[in-house]
Order: sequence, then C-alpha cells, then structure tokens
Amino acid sequence: MNRNLTSRHLIGWLLAAPLALVLLLFLILPICLIVVVSFWQSTAFSMIPAFSFENYEFLFGSPVTYAVFFNTVKYALISWAVTLVLGFTVAYFLAFHVRSLTWQVVLFLLCTVPFWTSNIIRMISWIPFLGRNGIANSTLMSWGVIDAPLEWLLFSDFSVILAFVHLYTLFMVVPIFNTMMRIDRSLLEAANDAGASGFQTLVNVVIPLTKSGIMIGSIFVITLVMGDFITVRFMSGSQSANMGRLISNDIALLQYPSAAATAVVLLATVLLMIAALLRIVDIRKEL
Amino acid sequence: MEKRPLSFYVLSAIFALFLLFLYGPTLTIGILSFQGPQGGLTFPMRGVSLHWFDQLFQQQAVGDIWGSFRRSLVLGLMVMVTTVVVSIMAGLAFRKRFAGAGVLFQLVIASLVIPSILVSLGVGLMFSQGGLGVHWSTSGFGSQLTWTLPFGLLIMFAVFNRFDPAFEEAARDQGASAWQTLRHVVLPIIAPSLIGVALFGFTLSYDEFARTLLTAGSYNTLPLEIYGMTTNVTTPVIFALGTLTTMFSFVIVALFLGLLKLLQARQTRAGSDAGKGV
Repeated sequence: MNRNLTSRHLIGWLLAAPLALVLLLFLILPICLIVVVSFWQSTAFSMIPAFSFENYEFLFGSPVTYAVFFNTVKYALISWAVTLVLGFTVAYFLAFHVRSLTWQVVLFLLCTVPFWTSNIIRMISWIPFLGRNGIANSTLMSWGVIDAPLEWLLFSDFSVILAFVHLYTLFMVVPIFNTMMRIDRSLLEAANDAGASGFQTLVNVVIPLTKSGIMIGSIFVITLVMGDFITVRFMSGSQSANMGRLISNDIALLQYPSAAATAVVLLATVLLMIAALLRIVDIRKEL
Repeated sequence: MEKRPLSFYVLSAIFALFLLFLYGPTLTIGILSFQGPQGGLTFPMRGVSLHWFDQLFQQQAVGDIWGSFRRSLVLGLMVMVTTVVVSIMAGLAFRKRFAGAGVLFQLVIASLVIPSILVSLGVGLMFSQGGLGVHWSTSGFGSQLTWTLPFGLLIMFAVFNRFDPAFEEAARDQGASAWQTLRHVVLPIIAPSLIGVALFGFTLSYDEFARTLLTAGSYNTLPLEIYGMTTNVTTPVIFALGTLTTMFSFVIVALFLGLLKLLQARQTRAGSDAGKGV
C-alpha cells in the first residue's frame, strides 16, 4: 500500500515535470530576476548590480506614477464593467435563446472569426473607422445626427476602451456561456412555475449559478487590460499612459532597473486583485 | 414550435450589433486593402486594385515579411507540439492528485494572469544577462509556452472532468498495461479535444506579440514585423497583409476542423459494439 502511494506521487511528478520545468525556467526565474534588477542602479548605458531603493523612490516620488496608476485601474474597471454586461448578454442569448447545438456552434464560431486577424492590424483599422473623416463620422453626418465631426471618437479614452471591449469581450463570453450551459433547465421551469417573472429568474437563479463563469471571465479581462501596453499606445495616439506603457517606455530607453521596479508594482497589484477574485471561486471545479 | 418571447428579439438584435462591432475592423481592412494605387490608409477609396497585394511581394516595399512569416510558422508549430505533449502529461499527472499538485496549479494560474510584458522583460533579461543571447527559437519559444500551456492544461482539465474512468478500469481488467491503456483507450477518446489544444497552441503563438517583443532577438516574428510596419509603412500594403493573414488563418482553422471531423468519423466507426452480440 505504502509503495503504491509513493509511486503515485512519483509518477505524478514525472508526468508534471515538463510543465514544472517550463514554469520554473520561464516564469519563476524571470520574475525573480525582475525583482532583483528592480533594486539595481543604472546609468545611461548600463546596469550596476546593487541593493538600492532608488528606482522605487523615484517611482513613488513622481506624481506621474499615481496618475498612470489611476489610469490603469480606470481602464480596467470600465472595460470590465462593459465586457461583463455585454458578454453576459451575448452568453445568455447563446445559451438560453438559441435552441439547437448546431446553431450555438455556428454563432459562436462567427464570433471568433475576427480574432484570426492580427491584433495590431485590427487596432490600426479603427483609425479609418473612427477618424475625423472616418466611416463613423461621415455616417452620423449623413444621417444628420451631428453637424461637425466628433473629435473624441479617436485617440481618446473612448477609443481605448472601445478597443479593449472589442478585443476582450469574447474572454467574458466563453466562461459565462460554459457555466450557463451546465445550469439544469428544470430549475428555470421551477422558478417559472413558482411564479417568478423572467427578471426575477434572471436575478435569483441564473446570475447566482453563473457566478463562477463571471469570475473567470473577470480575471481574464482585468489581467489583460492591466497588463496591456500596446492598445493604449495605438488607440490614445500616445496621449495617455498606463503602467504597461511606463514599463515599455523605460525598456525603449534601456532603463531596465526602472522598468523592473514598475513591473514589480504592476505585478503586486494584479496578483492582489486576482487573489481577491479567487477567494470567491474554485477554477478547477468549474471546468 | 412555441412562440418566441419579446426578449428573444431584443437579444437577437443586441447579438447582431455585437457581431457587426466585432466585424467592423476586419471588414474595414478587407475593403481598404483593395485601395487603388493612389489611395491612402483611410477612406475615401481611390479606385479599386490589387496593387497593394502585389506590393507585398516586392522586397523593397515591405522588408522581410516572408522571412518573419516563416519564423512565425515554425515557432507556432514548435509551440503547438510542445503544448499538446506537455498538457497531456500534466493533465494525466493532475488526475493522480500527487503531493504538491495544488502549488503547481497555483503557478499555472499565475502564469495565466501575470502580464505578458513582465514575462517578456524577465526572460529577455535572463537570456541577455546570462550571456545566452535572445533568439525566437529559445527565449521566444519559452516565454510563449508560459501563455499556451495554461490554456492547454485548462482544456485538459475540462476534458478529464468529463472522462469516464470506467473505460480505463475495463482496459485494466482485460489485462492492459498502463501504457496500453493510455495508447489504445485514453488517447483515442480524448483525441478530438487534443485538436482544440493544438489549435489554441498554434494560434496563440502565431499572434503573440508582447511575449516575443523582448525575447525574439534580431530576427522578427510576423506580429513584431507588423508592429514595425505600423511605424514606418504608411500605405495600404499593411491592410493587404492583414487580409492575407486573415485568409491564412481561415485555412488553418479549416484544416483543424477537417481533422476534427475525420477523427470523429473514425470514432463513430470504431465506436460501441454494445448489443451487437458475440
């Protein structure tokens, strides 16, 4: 019996070894290195190993940091709220109103097609769409809704969040749809028989039962938006910044220790948010 | 057929708008890539032509996109194969509930939520400080795996949660060894899902930008090359490239779907003989 037990753990570890090795080499070590480098000093062209709080002092001493940090959280929260409402609605439609599996698959695949174009190219193509003489403005003007082109459509917070919603709503739809599909349909009938209105069923039955899907989707959207640096650059026309852009700007200037310090702060923020969310849901049980 | 409630029509309309929103950029790219030779990156169209597709094949107009395309393809295949193999092994491992499985799982989730740019920065620093030098096939390959493996493993969890262990017990009762059970029972049953893992692995790698940004070294992958083009190419040639890569993605997905159909057909043929007598 005892031998059996040992061999179970041994075989388990042998099978998991490649995964553990990849994570050790390409996740744990690099992150440790970032933490170490964040205490180094740097000159214009090189890094000097040291144990100095210089980078952090500079980071926390600059008002820019707080503004950028606030911006990062703002983008994350707004994008989260919008993708949640939109993603839930789309998932609800697919799960409860589309009746045949074939149609569900077809409509779902239809949602994934745009993701086969390169992210970056899709982002650039918002420019002819939202720009001063873009499709959106000329359409609105021809309908007589507006007289002059709307300037805030492009290179603004609006366009940044629009791009986030465009990129990440599907990450919300998939897990919510997955949990909705596993709701026992007789529960809905029971609610109906007990006299609940459609809205009451939604609030008291469907939403509590899809909580785990909502959490998983939220984790995806929040981490993707918090860690982004390229969407904000393209869609704000380099006019606003988030933590990711701060890091990538430092990298472009070869200021690795400074980039590492910002990275550590970003990492801590993201991990705290996720730890809070994970307290509410057990991912493994939900798949 | 029972009558549809009003909410069905409202939700259908929202869904249709959502699709329109998703397809907006793709369609814009598609239209603008046929811009006439005098046309620019924005509307209006100045004639219709294949000029910009032709430009894609002129070396001086676009730099090394074909080289970067080749590298992305090779890297995607490397990541795909590794993801499939490592995910199957890890999926089997987690079923054994070995000591420390919880910690490893937490790490997998961490790998999923840690911002890509951090992995990129860390791996890039590690390889350059370690004197190894960054290259897409070493550091780039590794940092992409930290993104594809969590997805692969999560799919394996979903698969094994629905897997009936009775099949394995039956095989063991018939005297099959552990390897034979895996090779002849488990793998054929989960094969269609492995297509999913493979597709995820390939497409996530093929389109990955942030994780390869600081780990690819001097030879660009396709997303990096496209990123470079956005700063110095100001003609619709970039839209032509977008249209072409979308077409290519369609071909890839069609291939995978075809393979899936083939596997499912095989499974039905080799499927249950229950009730057919002996």
